[in-house]
Amino acid sequence: MAMLEVEDLNVRFYTEDGVVKATNDLSYRIEAGERFGVVGESGAGKSVTSLALMRLLDDPGVIESGEIRFKGENILEMSDEEVRDLRGNEIAMIFQDAQTALNPAYTVGEQISEAIRYHLGLGEAAAKERAIETLESVGIPSAAERYTDYPHQFSGGMQQRAVIAIALSCDPDLIIADEPTTALDVTIEAQILDLLEEVATEFDTAIQLITHDLGVVAEFCDRVMVMYAGHPVEMAPVEDIYYDPQHPYTVGLMSSIPRIGDERDRLQTIPGRMPDLIEVPPGCNFHPRCPYAEEACTRTEPELVETETGEPADPIESDAQVAACLAHTGELRGELDYEVTVRDAGGPGDDPAAASEGERP
Amino acid sequence: MSSDTSTTTTERGRIRVSGFDVDRVEERDPLSSWEPGLQAKEGRGRLEFAWLRFKRNRLALFGGAVIAFMVLLAVFARPIQAPPGVPLLGGQTIQPLSLAPADPAAQNIITGYTEPTLENTLAWPPTGLHLFGTDWAGRDILSRIMYGGRWSLSIGFIAVAVALLVGVPLGSIAGYYGGKIDELIMRFVDMLYAFPFIVLAIAVIAVLGRGYWEMILALVAVGWLPYARIIRGEILSVKENDYVTAAKALGSRDRSIITRHILPNAMAPVIVQATLSIGTTVLAAAALGFIGLGLSPASAEWGVMLNVEQDAIARGRWWAGAFPGLAIFLFVMAINLVGDGVRDAFDPQGDTQQSGGFR
Amino acid sequence: MSLQRFVLKRGLVTIPLLLGISLITFGMVHAIPGDPIDFITLFTELDPAVEAEIRAEYGLDQPVYIQYIDWVTSAAQGDFGRSIITRSPVIDEIMSRLPYTLVMGVMAFGVTVVTAIPSGILAAYYRNTKIDQVSRVFALLGIAIPNFWLGLMLLLVFASGLGLFPVLPPTDQGLLSVEMLSYTLLPAIAIGTGSTALMMRLMRSSMVEELDKDYVRTARAKGLPERSVVRKHVLRNSLISVVTVAAIQVAFIISGSVVVEIVFAYPGIGRLLVDRVGNRDFPVIQAIVLLIGVAVILANFLADVLYAYLDPRIRY
Repeated sequence: MAMLEVEDLNVRFYTEDGVVKATNDLSYRIEAGERFGVVGESGAGKSVTSLALMRLLDDPGVIESGEIRFKGENILEMSDEEVRDLRGNEIAMIFQDAQTALNPAYTVGEQISEAIRYHLGLGEAAAKERAIETLESVGIPSAAERYTDYPHQFSGGMQQRAVIAIALSCDPDLIIADEPTTALDVTIEAQILDLLEEVATEFDTAIQLITHDLGVVAEFCDRVMVMYAGHPVEMAPVEDIYYDPQHPYTVGLMSSIPRIGDERDRLQTIPGRMPDLIEVPPGCNFHPRCPYAEEACTRTEPELVETETGEPADPIESDAQVAACLAHTGELRGELDYEVTVRDAGGPGDDPAAASEGERP
Repeated sequence: MSSDTSTTTTERGRIRVSGFDVDRVEERDPLSSWEPGLQAKEGRGRLEFAWLRFKRNRLALFGGAVIAFMVLLAVFARPIQAPPGVPLLGGQTIQPLSLAPADPAAQNIITGYTEPTLENTLAWPPTGLHLFGTDWAGRDILSRIMYGGRWSLSIGFIAVAVALLVGVPLGSIAGYYGGKIDELIMRFVDMLYAFPFIVLAIAVIAVLGRGYWEMILALVAVGWLPYARIIRGEILSVKENDYVTAAKALGSRDRSIITRHILPNAMAPVIVQATLSIGTTVLAAAALGFIGLGLSPASAEWGVMLNVEQDAIARGRWWAGAFPGLAIFLFVMAINLVGDGVRDAFDPQGDTQQSGGFR
Repeated sequence: MSLQRFVLKRGLVTIPLLLGISLITFGMVHAIPGDPIDFITLFTELDPAVEAEIRAEYGLDQPVYIQYIDWVTSAAQGDFGRSIITRSPVIDEIMSRLPYTLVMGVMAFGVTVVTAIPSGILAAYYRNTKIDQVSRVFALLGIAIPNFWLGLMLLLVFASGLGLFPVLPPTDQGLLSVEMLSYTLLPAIAIGTGSTALMMRLMRSSMVEELDKDYVRTARAKGLPERSVVRKHVLRNSLISVVTVAAIQVAFIISGSVVVEIVFAYPGIGRLLVDRVGNRDFPVIQAIVLLIGVAVILANFLADVLYAYLDPRIRY
């Protein structure tokens, strides 16, 4: 049994314009200490999934059905009290925008120690001490003095470190990081990712990293789930997805990231945009934007199958590369005729995917 | 690979994806009848969307119906004759209907107050039927309220219209040109804002004297301030947008930039404010009438009707005061319902804060 | 920016504003067509010598800017000249009425704060439920109801109908006597209803805004109990913004008292103002209008300073 198992999760938003199906029979698992990436465009249901894990969805969002098992217990059946004991204590969250995630009216230190006091039952002084230690561990210099600073006295990168410190303060088993670096510039992004990697290794914490940036995933994750329109379209160990993506959407995401030094004529973006999840396209949801789509794709909704065998796969149990595309079940007449080549590999140790493999526990 | 490698090859770090040809999607016919939903529909104007939302708001529609009803009652209460000076129609009756049950000016000093009793209302034949009773001079209150709407309501609509004509241009000038003009106009606005609505209106009336147009002028003197502020604020934010810079670079004249590019964007909050202001203005006009600084004591303006009956109400002649006040209340509430509806229609998430009521 | 610097900076903005409103109040009288002396002599024909004497007394023989400077400097010392009607010093007339208006205003403010803040909090926390709907309906009624009419109806029901309150203010009682205070309650409610409705909605929206803040989600994600999330992370911040909202009520309550004092024959400065507008007693009108303007500006200034004091982003 994995540490976290999400099974057939359906989240709905009842809005004026209609029912938004934010996730559709979403299933996946995260092992203890694993770094799991969730990738997709905005609106794919990534953030909704992570809020659902903590039961933090606000009106009009509702978890309609499904199970979220954390260490074997279904979070959705817990009492409010039990969920609160989990939040911040065993499952912690890092939010996208550190500036707004911190309350401007309280000191950074207080915002860390309040969780410590509550969850670990420590007194004022002991909690402060532990909070300062946590601040040190996320690389804030002279932490004891900065403890009494207000958030606006911190720089953007420092604020994100403080938010990470809040997440780490009670030594959680799982951290959900929702686009933790999107609001930061590139150099700081790298530092924060290094920090996350460091603390994850040090405390053996599992991390669910939500991002739209496949580059970040390559450097950070063990396994990746690519989401489209509220459900996974491909799930695989990171190196498989990188060198051998099996779903056209994954390929589209990989080819739409600009990089300095490209000799391309123009950026290869995926045409069109994510459907609004009120009325999703029939069959394969991706077909209106897919270059390989055929008539069959509009009629049959592809299942997740193991790409090697074409056999239906259980997204919770399977370790292999799975994808939901008719190309793998033989129902597609054409072929996925893209090619991924590794250009000018500088050496095996330099390769991002290989590097992450090397560090896997 | 084929010859189209250059357009279909992308690289990500050391990984190169080739053959993912997105042009196929655009070139082929749609595979299914599925179309992007509401959110993706573009090109429909903001006004049209707002109208669609407004139509679904039942409370706002109810408010609109009440306003229409009261306006119609006021117009058709008594016949309207064109003033003698008007060519062709001079002295002619242009509105012949007379819905008011009695002449609002017909007095019966001997009887004086008549209470609107149930027996009287149900009696047949309905001679001297006074649904809302009569006032101190024996005049039918219902007829006076219907007829008096001509003053109370027209003051509200006209004062807001004129305030718009003052506030919008001044705010546009301040926001668009900035600098000294902006400073001058906005400082003046700030100063006038220091006086509460009624107090400033009273001060203006103290100077001008009482009367219909004097009152409108007093209400405009206070009423234009919010529009100037709103328009200026909107323009300052819209001005930063690229298309305004582009229009400038293309050599559009200042006036056409303001009217073509900026005003349409800034209109939503102005419309909301204007709607709510009609209510505030009617309320203020009635208050001025009530404290004896509005129209003449003989007029049937709702506030004035209450003014002349103050003592009667304190002595328990409730009908003399209840009904004119109820008319004001009903109208202002209806306007606020419409105003709230308009605001929700333009801004369904409720990001802006605007409220009716006096300052 | 330090708090001292903020107060200083904010205070410096206030000075031109105060000068501006004094100019407006002064200019108001001079905007009237005709000779100002006619308002003093009430259009009676006078002996030229007497007329010159009066002109000298009111400074009307000086150029306009000298008149303004004289008026402002003596006004700053509390000297607004003499009333044209009663011939007594304006400041004495105002000071004899002001305490009444202050007591009524404070009561109305109390009614507002005590009812609006808790109900606004409830409406925000239980938004889109029955509780919120009820508060919305109340706000709609409260904002639309004319305060003077509400006052009349309160008099009708509670004073002349039920006899719980006197119909006219007690004349032989002190300002803070039980009789006078209980008489003041009805007008305070008449004024307070509208401002309660307004403040309740403002409180609600500021709290709703607060509830939607990311840091409230952070607090929930920490696993804090709901009670401490609301009390510590929502209420505190939304109460800070209530300070600004409360300042708006000052102007609202002054507006209300001017009109409601007429309903209740209440001996405050609002009624004095309205009486003297009818008599064109400009020294009194000017003084009251100026005082009200100054009061509003000071209230806003105090609110800004208090806000700065409570908000650490400005304090530090």
